[in-house]
Amino acid sequence: MRARVFVTPRKGILDPQGRAVEGALTSLGISGVANLRVGRYVTLEIDAPSHAAAEATVKRICEQLLANPNIEDFRFEVDAG
Amino acid sequence: MKWGVVRFPGSLDDADAIHALREVLGQDAAMLWHKDEALGGAECIVLPGGFSYGDYLRCGAIARFSPIMQSVARFAAEGGLVIGICNGFQILCEAHLLPGALMRNRSLAFVCDVVTVRVENAATPFTRAARTGEILRLPIKHGEGCYVAPQEELRAMEERGQVLLRYVDEAGVASDAANPNGSMRSIAGVANQGFNVFGLMPHPEHAVEKALGGEDGRRIFASIIAGGARAASRVSG
Repeated sequence: MRARVFVTPRKGILDPQGRAVEGALTSLGISGVANLRVGRYVTLEIDAPSHAAAEATVKRICEQLLANPNIEDFRFEVDAG
Repeated sequence: MKWGVVRFPGSLDDADAIHALREVLGQDAAMLWHKDEALGGAECIVLPGGFSYGDYLRCGAIARFSPIMQSVARFAAEGGLVIGICNGFQILCEAHLLPGALMRNRSLAFVCDVVTVRVENAATPFTRAARTGEILRLPIKHGEGCYVAPQEELRAMEERGQVLLRYVDEAGVASDAANPNGSMRSIAGVANQGFNVFGLMPHPEHAVEKALGGEDGRRIFASIIAGGARAASRVSG
């Protein structure tokens, strides 16, 4: 099964990278953009007996390695079948 | 005193740490390989600066899984002294041996400078050769040194005296201008609750010789060595 993981800076944590990118949009002449945050997108394939088992494993992977709970939030999607 | 300096793939300051300990401070320091598990009887472990494992994923995130780090974690749990400098600090946070995390500098720029830090708690194995309130001049060189932890955790750490070093100006005052990376509460170095694990972004190993710009880093090493001598005299006495 394929999984997609999105890791983003935790709400309330300053994201200087996001802010710099947002500033660059102003230089591009694009206005009306706010709260731009830069995160990480991870794709993986996982061999699991069921969708629920795959989700449980991906959750573990996120909690233990892909995201640092001090500074990052994560969410993920696991394809059915 | 016996020291072990861990060399990870991508470590940079391992040889400088060995030089400072052996040649300048006359210590018995051995290089430890990240794939080994034995700590060689070291009484203090140094996790040096650098870019272990290419800083992949997050700084220190992969180094945490190397075989030697399992031994270091056990050693720390038994009360052994561990000091992590720069990337070593990042590794200790990722390994959950220290609270908090280190993020990209507020400026997004790599900073290479000499900073002044204030010793906030001199009653620890890493600072006992200094005075509380003493100002040390130490070099920094990092892109991800912005210390972050949850507010309630920071409050508890301050109450317990776990903040050992804070960035200040020449007059000893913490300010936004004197904060090189945006660290919360201008934190430059923290200890764990047991005060046997210490992480700091400044480099004491680069500040042990006058010819190289200063000797204030000796305060940190002298503190650890003084504790080692005390422990040895307890054993022999």
